Amino acid sequence: MAAPKPRVKVPKSASAGEVITIKTLISHNMESGQRKDKDGKVIPRQIINKFTCEFNGTQVFGCDIAPAISANPYFEFTAKVPQSGTFKFTWVDDNGEIYTHEQAIEVK
Amino acid sequence: MLSKKIILAAAAAMATASGLAVMAVAEPADEELVIDGEIQMVTRAKAPEGHPFDEVLSGWLYRTPETRELETDTFTNPGMLYVERGEEIWNTVDGAAGKSCASCHGDASETMAGVGASFPKWDADAKRPINIELQINKCREQNMQAAPYKFDHADQKALTTFIKHQSLGQPIQVDLSQGDMQSWWEQGKELYYTRYGQLNLSCASCHEENNGRYIRADHLSQGNVNGFPTYRLKQANMVSLHSRFRGCIRDTRAEFPAALSDELMSLEVYTTWRGTGLSVETPAVRQ
Repeated sequence: MAAPKPRVKVPKSASAGEVITIKTLISHNMESGQRKDKDGKVIPRQIINKFTCEFNGTQVFGCDIAPAISANPYFEFTAKVPQSGTFKFTWVDDNGEIYTHEQAIEVK
Repeated sequence: MLSKKIILAAAAAMATASGLAVMAVAEPADEELVIDGEIQMVTRAKAPEGHPFDEVLSGWLYRTPETRELETDTFTNPGMLYVERGEEIWNTVDGAAGKSCASCHGDASETMAGVGASFPKWDADAKRPINIELQINKCREQNMQAAPYKFDHADQKALTTFIKHQSLGQPIQVDLSQGDMQSWWEQGKELYYTRYGQLNLSCASCHEENNGRYIRADHLSQGNVNGFPTYRLKQANMVSLHSRFRGCIRDTRAEFPAALSDELMSLEVYTTWRGTGLSVETPAVRQ
């Protein structure tokens, strides 16, 4: 499909210290490098190999991604929100491209 | 002693026999499908006049709880990525005429509302039923001067998904009074009940006579098509209706008709009718 597009679901607000659930998705073919084209040649691997989430500059979640992860990787995780701030999401592609998305959250 | 042995042997034989005869059966889910907590979907409807069932059920009810849950949220529904891609295509100029779909049809959420629920329709020019895929190609050739999509091209699937999605929640209702739709419905009905292939199975063999039972690990539904194009977890991709028809017939070990052929168009008319009243779920999430 077209350029990888990230989507993120973060609550708009939370109480101080609340643990919230964050859902993330990015459209990406995640070519594993195991498939062959109709001429028998291996289709080269191209996947998102790393995903991290920072809150106000501190990493709260991160993972290294391997070819077994399917297309359009979906990650859901929890994070504690001590104060108002911004979540920054980063996806690293095998080809060196970096996709980011930011979402603010308000602590009432 | 001897009589006890005979009784035991008889019991064992009966157990084996009944074990072979008992097939796994499971009820379809007793659950409501509400999308994003807002859109109330109809997954059970009163069958139309002349239908063999009293009630028609969506395939959604036959899936595992995890699969069903994916469809309830437009964020987690993987098919929505293709709806977004379809929207991109809708707004992209293509062809010598310098037009996009939007050039003529404007905002799809208005102009395409109801389209997904009422196709296939009668095409008076071609004198045969027309579905969304064929309508897109007709528009591309005649109005955009763009090349028609090859069947199952990624863009065709995305655009079809996007267009049908504009009718999300609306009840399926095809108009059989147009042109010769009724005779194509008859042809589709005949195909539905014809046994094919080495395995000698008709659509009815599974979807009419055995819905609710398992074929290997698959929980058989009524075979309604209100969710197509469907996001299939098996493919991690959208699957078009004619692709599914071909797959089913291939699975009977028969030669399968060409996509968009007369046979499959008639089958599309008939199977769409069989799901009358069910909400358009495109993009549905299935196994």
